[in-house]
Amino acid sequence: MSDNPYLPFPVRIQQIITETEDRNLKTFKVVFINKGDEEGFHFIPGQFCQISVAGKGEIPLGIASSPTENGYLLFTVNKTGVVTRYLHNMKEGDTIGIRGPLGNWYPWDKMEGKSVVVIGGGFAFTTLRAGIVYMLHPEERNRFKDITVVYGARSPGLLLYRKEVEQWEKRDDVNVHITVDATDDPHWPYNVGFVPAITEEKITTGENSYALVCGPPIMIKFTQPVLEKLGFKPEQIIISLEMRMKCGIGTCGRCNIGEKYVCKDGPVFSLAQLTELPQEY
Amino acid sequence: MGDKIIKKGQLPNVLKALKKTYEVFVPVREDGFYSFKPLKDEEKVDLSFTNTRLSPKSLVLPQSERMFEFTLDEKSKDAHIVKEAPKGYPPKVVVGIRPCDAKALRLVHVNFDNPEFRDPWWIKRLESVTLLGLGCNEPCSTCFCTSVNCGPFNKEGLDVLLFDLGECLLARTPTEKGEKLLQLGRVDKDADSGLKKKADELKTRAEKKIGSHVPTDKLGKKNVNDLFDAPFWDDVAFACINCGACTFLCPTCWCFDIQDEVTKRQGDRIRNWDSCMFPLFTVHASGHNPRAKKVQRVRQRFMHKLKYYVDKYKNGVACVGCGRCVNHCPVNIDIREVFRLMND
Repeated sequence: MSDNPYLPFPVRIQQIITETEDRNLKTFKVVFINKGDEEGFHFIPGQFCQISVAGKGEIPLGIASSPTENGYLLFTVNKTGVVTRYLHNMKEGDTIGIRGPLGNWYPWDKMEGKSVVVIGGGFAFTTLRAGIVYMLHPEERNRFKDITVVYGARSPGLLLYRKEVEQWEKRDDVNVHITVDATDDPHWPYNVGFVPAITEEKITTGENSYALVCGPPIMIKFTQPVLEKLGFKPEQIIISLEMRMKCGIGTCGRCNIGEKYVCKDGPVFSLAQLTELPQEY
Repeated sequence: MGDKIIKKGQLPNVLKALKKTYEVFVPVREDGFYSFKPLKDEEKVDLSFTNTRLSPKSLVLPQSERMFEFTLDEKSKDAHIVKEAPKGYPPKVVVGIRPCDAKALRLVHVNFDNPEFRDPWWIKRLESVTLLGLGCNEPCSTCFCTSVNCGPFNKEGLDVLLFDLGECLLARTPTEKGEKLLQLGRVDKDADSGLKKKADELKTRAEKKIGSHVPTDKLGKKNVNDLFDAPFWDDVAFACINCGACTFLCPTCWCFDIQDEVTKRQGDRIRNWDSCMFPLFTVHASGHNPRAKKVQRVRQRFMHKLKYYVDKYKNGVACVGCGRCVNHCPVNIDIREVFRLMND
């Protein structure tokens, strides 16, 4: 972070990958324009950045790449508002800005020696992808016991990072359960069903395990009781939240839940922490 | 530095001397209300006001402020790169700021200067401002400063506190910045013990004149979720029209928005005051809004000031008892009543 926490680092869009068949999700691979900015930028999976598009504004986006992937950052962008619509029309080589890394991260130190269950739904899979790539890195993999991924989307064409997820599925150091809400493809080789149901079917115990959960509110709502039934303690259910943000550093006042700012004290909270806060998110 | 004395007749000369170093802001009456404006005629300074309609917080956190600039002109090698906008921080003095408004700046300061992040513009502006405060001989009926760790002659946050003793002003100087100001204003006459005693009596008398009191003793101990789910919020919010006047006038409201503005390929990134009373404040791009309902927004405003801030900073409530929101609310929502409900 520079001396001025509001000043973005200039970055160049190196590559744009269309992720989904509806073309609403694109991944932007960006590289720092100034070497010094890159050298000072250290992040941990779970953190986010403010993406700055001069003339349009800023939006918070989770960092979808892992710090073990050197030389670039990945951000997956859902086309929704003013900034994201503009971004979707930008080209490789264009200049944008990023501020960060912002917020906290998944509790990697606490998860050491434990099994990890990653549960993601839809386009909220971005920082979870960062976390999985990080854990599967040869230098990190031994820190964790079993790693299981449950990842679902509405239909096959809406799965993010599909090729990569299918590669994971073939590996023996991670259990991957891909699912879709529905499909008319008779040859669909993976699961059909909602994420909470697949979680209940595939996960046997929450003992000595952490769950990382990120997805639409409805998925989180129905996954929570499943996890509790499996024996996950509220301290070991980790949820990453979204909020409207502007400053990203806990000063502008809008993303609070009680006294906590999602941008600075979050976006990662344990269910135990969230239970103590007002239900306003 | 011991207490000094300024004869009222000398005040214009003091202000004239200060003008050489500082931009001098004084309360000016316009359209029936006072506000802080640059000093024009030092002979006509009017210190007879109760308080200004707006606190001088905009001198430290401007209502609208250019943060950065950029060009979208593709011919420029720096096209689309956001850069610092050149800014100056000339020394300013605010003459007549009331103790409540000075304390409010201290309460807001913790939001902009904390161990994790420092807001460069807030910090530089606050450093550049010297606060020459004026105690309140005659507080108004909606003032309740003495209940919230403040008071009509509270020094916290001020560089100089003036006591209006009739023919003269006694200047008490809690900070080095204030001492420098008095030296530049050539105020050097020491106050004798009789005048000091008179000032202390004035303070006690003014504190006794505060007729409004609010309870705060239980706010820190209450469970946040019990307060959040309390049954009284619907009643509190019933009449609210979400006009945002309370947040606009409040000296401890600091929320802001950031927007880009572009004219002819040249752009600015600007921050503007914002308000938790507006639904757009929290609406996600998806349309989801955690505070979509009026009652949620009203609750947020009071919970932030009287509970979240209390828990987060252990520094009392984020309210200085100035009474502006009470005076100006178009539907008579009264924060003093909310103090009672929340503390009950």
